[in-house]
Amino acid sequence: MADSGLLPSGQKRIDSLAVRGIVKRFPGVLANDRVDFDVKSGEIHALLGENGAGKSTLMKILYGLYQPDAGEILLNGQPIEIRSPGDSMRYGIGMIHQHFMLVDNLTVTENVALGLRSTRAPMLDLEVVEARIRTLTERYQLQVDPKAIVGRLAVGQQQRVEIIKALYRGGALLVLDEPTAVLTPQEVAELFAIMRQMAREGHALVFISHKLHEVLDVTDRVTVLRNGAVVGNVATKATTRRELAQLMVGRPVTFARPERPEINGRVRLRVAGASAFNERGQRLLDDVTLEVHAGEIVGVAGVSGNGQRALAEAIAGLQPLRSGTIVLDDRTITEASASDRIGMGIGYIPEERMHDGVVKDFSVSDNLILRDLPSAHVARNGFLRFKSVAERSRKLISDFQVKTPSLETPIKNLSGGNIQKVIMARELSLKPRLLVAAQPTRGVDVGASEYIHDRLMEQRAAGTAILLISEDLDEIMQMADRIAVMYEGRIMDIVPHAEATLEKLGLLMAGVVPDASDVEAVPA
Amino acid sequence: MTQELTVLAIIIGIAHSGIRLATPYLYAALGEMMAQRSGVLNLGVEGMMLMGAFAGFYVTFQTGNPWLGVLAAAVAGLLMGLIMAVVSVSLKAEQGISGIGLYLFGLGVSSLLFKTMLGTVEGVNGFHEMQFCVANVPLLNIDSTFCMKDIPVVGPIFFDHSVLVYGAFALVPILWFVLNKTTWGLNVRAVGQNPAAADSLSVGVNRVRYENVMLGGALAGIAGASLSIALLGIFQEGMTNGMGFIAVALVYFGGWSPVGVMAGALLFSSVNALQLWVQVLGFNIASNLAVMLPYLLTIIALAIPFRRAQQPAALSKPFTRSET
Repeated sequence: MADSGLLPSGQKRIDSLAVRGIVKRFPGVLANDRVDFDVKSGEIHALLGENGAGKSTLMKILYGLYQPDAGEILLNGQPIEIRSPGDSMRYGIGMIHQHFMLVDNLTVTENVALGLRSTRAPMLDLEVVEARIRTLTERYQLQVDPKAIVGRLAVGQQQRVEIIKALYRGGALLVLDEPTAVLTPQEVAELFAIMRQMAREGHALVFISHKLHEVLDVTDRVTVLRNGAVVGNVATKATTRRELAQLMVGRPVTFARPERPEINGRVRLRVAGASAFNERGQRLLDDVTLEVHAGEIVGVAGVSGNGQRALAEAIAGLQPLRSGTIVLDDRTITEASASDRIGMGIGYIPEERMHDGVVKDFSVSDNLILRDLPSAHVARNGFLRFKSVAERSRKLISDFQVKTPSLETPIKNLSGGNIQKVIMARELSLKPRLLVAAQPTRGVDVGASEYIHDRLMEQRAAGTAILLISEDLDEIMQMADRIAVMYEGRIMDIVPHAEATLEKLGLLMAGVVPDASDVEAVPA
Repeated sequence: MTQELTVLAIIIGIAHSGIRLATPYLYAALGEMMAQRSGVLNLGVEGMMLMGAFAGFYVTFQTGNPWLGVLAAAVAGLLMGLIMAVVSVSLKAEQGISGIGLYLFGLGVSSLLFKTMLGTVEGVNGFHEMQFCVANVPLLNIDSTFCMKDIPVVGPIFFDHSVLVYGAFALVPILWFVLNKTTWGLNVRAVGQNPAAADSLSVGVNRVRYENVMLGGALAGIAGASLSIALLGIFQEGMTNGMGFIAVALVYFGGWSPVGVMAGALLFSSVNALQLWVQVLGFNIASNLAVMLPYLLTIIALAIPFRRAQQPAALSKPFTRSET
């Protein structure tokens, strides 16, 4: 195989792909600053960096979506130009997008066949495509049923369809853009096995991520980007999590679980037997029972779309329950409106921060008072008190270290981390008794995440009851006192932190109640 | 006995008119279905039908050849579709609004052309009912000419229509085949559901949408012609009388599938035919209520929520390649 220069998919191998001195400018931003990067056949190469570090820009250049302002791309030592995704595909570069590019009401085979020349044009040749898919799935251990409707597959399987698509189109070099973001730990392990298999077969792989332990787990080499420039290129074996984090963030970072005093607060929130349905009649919550004590962080783990959002919204008063009750401090609030609940001391950091958390076109200052309109320092006799509002906004912005050009800047112009800080500032300034924080650090860089976690710990110490919903198991393990795992609208189990392991949580997230032998059977 | 015969005659009459009246709806709704499957909601079907009705009528009137009339109607509809595609696909205008604009445009232009080029309502010798006749088949022991429409019951229902009626029903399997068995059809389905995915595989999203909106226009044009040169044989201003809007509703009713659209068109036209017969027979029902019946039925059918599940996910959303 190595001699023929061919991959099992029949495609010519890419021995090496290198970019040299790539520069890409956008108005006001230097997205890529003389970037050098290369990847070889048989290698899994990590491209590590925070949001906005320039990883995506570099990959879009390789994919032909952007043209670099300077620099060159060398394929097997020869300079090439990639002017479009079509060019990129012809050179053997395949992309596994973070957001799957799949048509969910078509079958696996139809998704693969889409855009390809049929051998029986203008008729489809789905049997031919299907036969080739079967060959590929066997060779690369990518079990998936070619006849299945893609929308009905689990997320991990959908990702395999993306990989099959790339291989089918002759992908010799595959770029995987944050591929683990939506997977359970078990699915991640399976993906890594597939990646290693592809590398053994002679493919070159680029693994884009900001998750350090995954980078350490699966890659051979790591290139670290910060502010558009390469700040490190190391062999994975020769580095540590601490070193990579420091390269990525530019200063030392601690991942330790914060020290915490034991607080035996009374029950603040009690959700009992909660069930909810959407307007299509699909079940969102299935008999959910959960307690959160004052001074406690209860983490809610689960793969996206398993009822976490409905749970958060039910507590915030945005999702009506069909049955069950919600009690806050001995007071039943099941029927209370969202604004009443704000008054009772429920703070809510919603999952879709741009959509539900802020009004995009409003200024930073207006967004800061959204939840607080009835209070005396915001308005009197129906008129806004601009001076008082501005004063308070200025204080909150400095307290919460929000980086914004001015109070009047539309909030949509801020970075994700700063928008999240504005939301935190707004919710925490109301001194909540209960805080529901849904995905508070998703898409937020390591520095801002650290800050948000610190504020959550502060709230915990002040006796706030906190429900922390997150798909990031590291975050859950780091922050939570107890961990509830949701699957298909149910709470599978609630595990004290001391008894929680990634394997156990992973199985629960997949809907499996683990017994001792199961846990041991799963490789770490 | 006589009464039973009358009842049978009425049933045959309703079935026959039901099939006949379904024709314009079927052409227009199948065309609109294609546009919607590619992700474009075109509310201007009524305007495209009117243009087709006029073009078809005028050319038939001048040349005496109804086939040229159908061709002219298809071209007129296609051009209307092109306008819609430019506005809604290339310029990314709000589709509901631009469709209503297209309707008003078609209504105005067809009336204007009618006034300046014809002036009065004329009749035209368009398509006639086809004759499925065989002469002298000794094997079947038939010695005189035998016509299929003489078959009891089935004959008058199915074998007494013009070629445009059969053409409309033939489109149902044809479009099903095209959508499900050809690469172009796969592109259409993908573009209507997830244009970003199709685009990432170098399927020309806008091209597919242009093709389908223009195909939909051509079919809407033929739908108009089926009225003016086959069913009625005249042209009048605004003669489509809301059929184009019903056609849009039928696409939803039919769950975006050719067979579903056909079922909807047949149901709608049958209720319409029933309503006509009720009036003819002088039943004591206020005629306005009877006329309302098919529309009421449409609203009820559309309110059934599960149909939404089949709606193309990208319907009425212009496609912009994302840069993020």
